[in-house]
Order: sequence, then structure tokens, then C-alpha cells
Amino acid sequence: MPIQYYIYLSLALFSIGIIGVLTRRNAIIVFMCIELMLNAVNLLLVAFSKMHHGIALATDPATTAGIDGQLFVFFIMVVAAAEVSVGLAIIVMMYRNVHSVDINFLNRLKN
Amino acid sequence: MNAIILSALLGVVMMFSGIVTNNKSVLKYIAAVGLLLLIAANLLDTYALFKININTHGLLSFEKFGLYFNTLAFGATFIYVCLSGRDVENAGINVAEYFALIFFVLCGVSILSGFNGLLMLFLGIEILSIPLYILTGADKRNLKSNEASLKYFLMGSFTTGIMLMGIALVYGATGSFGLEAPPVIPTTGVINPSFLQVAGLLLLFVAMAFKVSAAPFHFWTPDVYDGAPSVFTSFMATIVKAAGFIAFIRLFQHQSVVLGPSWKIILSFVIIATLLIGNITAVFQQSVKRMLAYSSIAQAGFMLFALFAGNDLSREGIILYSVAYSLATIGIFAVLIKMSDYTFDGFNGLAKKQPVLAFATTIFLLSLAGIPLTAGFFAKYYMLAAVVKEGGALWLVIIALFFAAVSVYYYFKVIQAMYFKEGDAETAEVTGAFKTGLILLAALVILVGIWPSSVLNWLYF
Repeated sequence: MPIQYYIYLSLALFSIGIIGVLTRRNAIIVFMCIELMLNAVNLLLVAFSKMHHGIALATDPATTAGIDGQLFVFFIMVVAAAEVSVGLAIIVMMYRNVHSVDINFLNRLKN
Repeated sequence: MNAIILSALLGVVMMFSGIVTNNKSVLKYIAAVGLLLLIAANLLDTYALFKININTHGLLSFEKFGLYFNTLAFGATFIYVCLSGRDVENAGINVAEYFALIFFVLCGVSILSGFNGLLMLFLGIEILSIPLYILTGADKRNLKSNEASLKYFLMGSFTTGIMLMGIALVYGATGSFGLEAPPVIPTTGVINPSFLQVAGLLLLFVAMAFKVSAAPFHFWTPDVYDGAPSVFTSFMATIVKAAGFIAFIRLFQHQSVVLGPSWKIILSFVIIATLLIGNITAVFQQSVKRMLAYSSIAQAGFMLFALFAGNDLSREGIILYSVAYSLATIGIFAVLIKMSDYTFDGFNGLAKKQPVLAFATTIFLLSLAGIPLTAGFFAKYYMLAAVVKEGGALWLVIIALFFAAVSVYYYFKVIQAMYFKEGDAETAEVTGAFKTGLILLAALVILVGIWPSSVLNWLYF
């Protein structure tokens, strides 16, 4: 499949994530949308990695080009897991105090 | 490399020392000794006396500039722990963990001063940010702290997503995560960046501008700085922000050519917006803590000049600015934490009740405003001189000077409240050691202001 399809797919996923973050009011759904953004990036990185590998393969059959893209994906997964643990802890902390996970809660600091 | 390894280890040591001892001031001393060790290890690395050699395959590269910045950041953290360590103890019950998180942030700082690829940039930013989300929410029962923490977390991870998209697009265009300048076409002598690369770099720019709270991506800053416990705001607003700028400059020093002439246009727009929003909004604040949050946005506008000029003078400038700004802000926050009322009126008559505190605060505020004989003057001077040396942007320097004059208004409002207004400023108990520390810090600010080469010479020796 041409690379464009992968780019369009991951950009679509990424945009869905951004729209979700900007429009939804539930902290956990906002959080899910952020994860969606990160996974869209993972997909794109793997696709690019394969593409660069394919290009380099044409000249050098033993090339390792493009391998770092897939390596990056593992780091993103690890960091995303760390973020989930901190983020869910923060949401739980908020829920204990106000018994709600609504983002509209976030307006006490304005004044 | 020493600093990265040792700071991560010290973080673990701090966590376990929380199990061994419950004595809070012992934990503070362990942290202070740990910081001294960290400074020593980093100096050994800088002067090649002892360094742990690990083949990083070009992911990290340690130069004098980054290592020296590490020393300054650790030194500033040491001063911070000495001055405000007791307030860290009072921030909550998990004191050992707070110090552990501070060490993990310092690990992120030392990665950001030495990264040589987008992978390490990403890891450094995350190692720096994730502990800060926790520190912001350290005051678990306080709704403002909860709110600030959740807001910081959601905004921060949203920006991480944008940054990763930028990295993925740059990778797609170039096939590597390296930071080297793009190849020039031999026949014409120009570079021909692809659309993906330009889009990727713009997304990276947005993400980094968010991390250093440059307008128009600053909106999280006042709320988070206001809501977080004041001790941790002090840390976030100084060392972390300076490290963000070092990373910003490292990232774009070779990449800015990709964006061509539009780079300077985008950047000058961001600088003007940052100076305008930071300074003008700070004028209207009622709370000193919130005013300092906006002033940190305004100071970020000045630090962006280092990115704009991008020459030797601006490299010296960002080092000096980090020192001047960090020292003064740590000092002001150390005093602010002691106040029982954070509004301007809360400072009324402080000079009569606590003359030492009022005097030191005056020095710090003068330094932030950039009055001669304090560190802030030469910091601003180096920044603007770098832009003048680069040429072609004199109008930007004039705008910056105008806003520096505006900033004098809101800094002097605090001095006016302390010295010329009648009032009964209430403070928490102030020890003699704290006063001595403040005086030493104020002396340091003046020393750097009279003799800036005492900081800068170490870049070359």
C-alpha cells in the first residue's frame, strides 16, 4: 500500500484525538483522546520506518535503515504508560475531593 | 553522563530514605548533600577528571555549554533546598518523595542539556514534566492544587502528542532523528525542505513554546503557577523553565534554516506576543503570586531573544539570564512563602516588621526589573546586545526596552507596598538562618550584577 494511506489514516486518528480533547468535558474521555493522539503517532512512525527501510533496501540488501523509527515507538509506549499512571492518579485525587470528573470543575483559579 | 546517572540514582536513594527515617529535616540534609555530590560529579565530568563512558551511539553529546548549565541548575537547586527546604517539609506528608521527584526533574534537566537527537529530546521533556505534574498536585486536599495539577497534566500530555506528531513528520521527511542541518543542494546552494519537514518543525516549535510558556501558548501558566504549592512553583518557574530554554535553543540552532526567512517572522511574533501579554496582564494582578506567574511569562519573552539571535553573545546571554532570573525568583518565592497574605496589600509595612526580608526582596525585584548593579541588568543587556549584533531587528529591541519599562511598574508596586504603605504584614516564623541565607543570595545577585564575567568566564575555562 502506498505511504499516503498510512499518513491519511494516522492524521485522521490524530485529528479525532485533538477534536475529542477540545470538545469533551469528561476528564477520562479527554485522557483517552490524548492516548489516541499518541497511538496515531505510533502508527505513523512504524509506517515511515517501513518506508525508509524499503528505500534503503533497494541499494543495500543488508541495511538497518529505518529501524530507529520502530525503536521510538517502544519509548512512546513506555512514556505513555508512565503518563497514564500519573494521570489516573490525578483524576482519582480530584474525584475524591469533588465526586466528579467533569472538566468544568477547572475554573476556580480564574478569579 | 555522570549527572544523568547520579541524579536518577539519588532520586531512588531519596525514595528509600523515606522508609528508613521519618525525620523531615534529615531528609532535607540528605537532599542537600546529594545535590553537592551531583555538582561535584558534574564538575568531574566537565573537566574530564572522571567520567562514566557509555557509548550512546550519538544520542547524547556533552559539551562545555550543556555541562556548565547543569552545574548552574544544580547549584540553583542547592540554594533552593537550603532556603526553602523547610517549606518543602511543610508541603505535605510525603517529604522524601518530593525530594526524589526533584532529583528526577534534575535528571530530565541534564538530559535536555545534552540531547543530540529527537528521541532524547522527547525522553528529557517527559522525565522533566511527569514529576512536575505530581509536585503540582502535592497538596492533595486543596482544590486549587488539584485543579492546577489536572490542568497541567492534560495540557502537558496534549502538547506531548503534538510534539510527537512533529517528530514523526520530521522523521518521515528526513529518515533520521538527528539534529544536524539539512543538506544543501550543491548546484544552487539552497536547501529544499519537504512539506512534511516544515510542518513537523512547526509542530515541534509549538510544543516547545508551550513548555517554556511563550504566548500564545502560555494560558496554562498563571493557573498552574497559582494553584501549585508555592515551594514547587518556585522550582517550576526557575530551573525547569531555564532548562526548557536550553532545550529549545539546542533543538533549533541548526534546524531554523529549514524554515527560512519565515523563522524570524514567526519568532518575532511570538516574542512580541509574549512580552505584551506577560507584562500588560501582570500590571492588573491583585495577588503577588499571580503577578510573578505573569512576570515569568514576560521574562520568557526576553529569554526568547537568545533563540532569535543565535550567536555567541546570546549563548552567554541565556546562561546569564538563567542565573539572574533563577536566583531572583527563588529569593522572592522564599519570602512569598513566608507571607500569610499573597496579595499586594499583604506586603504593606513589611519593611518595619521584617527589614531584612524587605531589603532582600527589593534587591530581587530590582534584578527582575533589570536595574543596573543587579544581575538582571547585564542579563537583559546581553540578550539585547546579541540581537543588535545580529542586526536587522532594532525595532524588536526597542519594543523589548519599552516592555522592560512597563515591568518596572508592577515590580515597584511591591517595593512601594513594603516601604511606603502603612500596614501590618503578617509573616510566618522567620529564623536567623533563613535571613542569613536571603542576605547571601541578595549579595550573590549584586555580585553577578557588578561582575557578570564571574559567571560567564567558566564557559571557557
